[in-house]
Amino acid sequence: MNNQKNIKLLQGNEACVEGALLSGVKFFAGYPITPSSEIAEGMAKKLPKIGGKFIQMEDEIASMAAVIGASMAGLKSLTATSGPGMCLKQENLGFAIINEIPCVVVNAQRGGPSTGLPTKPSQGDMMQARWGTHGDHPIIALAPSTVNEILTLTIKAFNFSEKYRTPVILLLDEVIAHMREKVEIPAPEDIEVINRKKPTVPPEEYLPFKPDEDGVPPMANFGEGYRYHITGLVHNYKGLPTSDSQEIDAFIRRLHNKIEKSIKDIIIIERYLLDDAKIALIAYGSVARAAERTVKLAREEGLKVGLLKLLTIWPFCSEEVNKLAQQVDLIIVPEMNLGQMVLEVERASRGKCRVVPYGRVDGELINPIEILGKIREEIKK
Amino acid sequence: MKTIIDNYIRKEMFPNIWCPGCGNGIVLGAIIRAIDELKWDKNEIVAVSGIGCSSRITGYVDFCTMNTTHGRALPFATGIKMAKPDLKVIVVMGDGDCSAIGGNHFIHAARRNIDLTAIIINNMIYGMTGGQYSPLTPTGKFGSTAPYGNIDQTFDLAELATAAGASYVARGTVYNARQSSSLIKKALDKKGFSVVEIISDCPISYGKMNKMKSPVDMLKWIKDITVSKKVWEALSEEEKEGKLVTGEFVNIDRMDYSEKYKGIIKKAQEMGGNKQ
Amino acid sequence: MKQKKLFEVYQNNSVKISVRREWCKSCGICIEFCPKDVLVPDDQGKPIPENIDACIKCGLCELRCPDFAITVGGVEEKDE
Repeated sequence: MNNQKNIKLLQGNEACVEGALLSGVKFFAGYPITPSSEIAEGMAKKLPKIGGKFIQMEDEIASMAAVIGASMAGLKSLTATSGPGMCLKQENLGFAIINEIPCVVVNAQRGGPSTGLPTKPSQGDMMQARWGTHGDHPIIALAPSTVNEILTLTIKAFNFSEKYRTPVILLLDEVIAHMREKVEIPAPEDIEVINRKKPTVPPEEYLPFKPDEDGVPPMANFGEGYRYHITGLVHNYKGLPTSDSQEIDAFIRRLHNKIEKSIKDIIIIERYLLDDAKIALIAYGSVARAAERTVKLAREEGLKVGLLKLLTIWPFCSEEVNKLAQQVDLIIVPEMNLGQMVLEVERASRGKCRVVPYGRVDGELINPIEILGKIREEIKK
Repeated sequence: MKTIIDNYIRKEMFPNIWCPGCGNGIVLGAIIRAIDELKWDKNEIVAVSGIGCSSRITGYVDFCTMNTTHGRALPFATGIKMAKPDLKVIVVMGDGDCSAIGGNHFIHAARRNIDLTAIIINNMIYGMTGGQYSPLTPTGKFGSTAPYGNIDQTFDLAELATAAGASYVARGTVYNARQSSSLIKKALDKKGFSVVEIISDCPISYGKMNKMKSPVDMLKWIKDITVSKKVWEALSEEEKEGKLVTGEFVNIDRMDYSEKYKGIIKKAQEMGGNKQ
Repeated sequence: MKQKKLFEVYQNNSVKISVRREWCKSCGICIEFCPKDVLVPDDQGKPIPENIDACIKCGLCELRCPDFAITVGGVEEKDE
């Protein structure tokens, strides 16, 4: 056994490429946009080396469509973009959700709305990730805060997408997408790679949207002898359009439930010095790095501050936050927006403690000192 | 009596949802007959469509089928073809679907010369939503959003596809269904991006607003406004006004996109192993 | 008047014309464009090959039927 670790200095977007390759990605379709383009560039270089395919499409709508097509044909597929492109992807993201087609979509967040701040970080798309495409739908979204986490969460994103047959959104921000850090690249044998369930019945018995007990239907890839229909219309077990209200209701509920019932598997959080905390910070992405430093500084002053770091954004870890709200007097949610995830924190806290937002939207990072300042300000109240 | 058609359709989906006399069913028949002549294995065929009346076609055929989003059928099909180049991928679109919301995808699929067969059912109107004018509604004709007559210029889809780089371009009509089927057969058999535009009828949305009350009236009109290439060439510019030429316009052999990408894979693998 | 079946088969010595009345929407295309005027509409507008002996088996009615509701074949073809 080789004990030598494979350590590399990688840019965040490069780590995403490495994570995707370890997950077995074989297809990438994208469109150039800052600050995500290095993912496309890495894929263009590396995918053909392993017999995979890269294509630069005419826009992000087409990229999302091509990714879904390739996934239907059996390839693990990835696309990457930023806010303006993410807006365009929403249309076909909905198609992937309703047809339960595994794929991973990276959004390296920049300031918005519109063209906004192409080269500056933001966390303004948290709610877009949840509700961007129309209709009542579930989603899984993950948010790494280090380059190493970009690699590990990219693998998680692919695994979740295959296991639950859903698109998964990986939310980066301009800072972690472009920063370089030491990354430990795991050996392929050391990581878990999940592949979609295949049907166990012959084609004539296959019902493409009939779920197993876990709520997830086995997926036959196109071209493997299983002929069936998929449509963006609400459909029955056969995949054919339905207007039967019972079938519609059961279908929409199942889409939600397959995620909801596996919430323990999907939610990834990290607790840092929370056991005795009276004040909690809840943070994610690059802000979580600052918040961790804030906790150390506050502790030096004797303040009992801890951090709950969210790696899974959607579904939201309501239970964990509710418990935390019963333990602490104050929760501060620093984020690079004017209050998005804080709304979820408030909802989950159910009035058990004070919940305070701390937002910054000037295109600059939130630093540890200013969060500490916010803590000092709030405890005086 | 079991017909050729019966071997390829999802019988439980019939009768189809289309209005009496709608050309969509005629085109569906033409596609099926072409496939039957080619003796293709149903398991190797993927049919992809967008949104609109014509896009319902994919629900009726017993292949791997995908009814996607409005205008986006070609990029979905591009992903499928890239992933599995051995699959035969057919894309069926309506005129609004292909030339308005999906216009850019159409140009780029042709430019890449990806091996797809695009069949555009051109009934010159948005039928499903109630007869709004499309980029292919003739100038001067009426639509529910052109109550005073359409002032837009129309696209010539065949010329557009030709300019953008398609390997095969043809135009047929639902009136001449036999010719349409043979054009579709050649398009299906062609490597590279192939386009067949079929001039079709929408008696309900187009016909009623343009003084053609029945499907029969519409088919007669289609017969009147279309001419063969030979006849077309003899017409003066004035005589060509308001007429559409049918037949085969482009049929060239060029390397398709998947074949070119195989070259990329070979080059990438020769240039430095699998690691970097 | 005799109630017609969902699927009617008409034939003479050389031609068999089947009409899937269940799928036919009475658009009239087959009747109008038959080069030999073989077909006439019934009270619902669905085709009846009243003049079946004139049929030359050109198949245009079948090719132009949007509903796969009419089929022309030889009498040697077996029923399913």
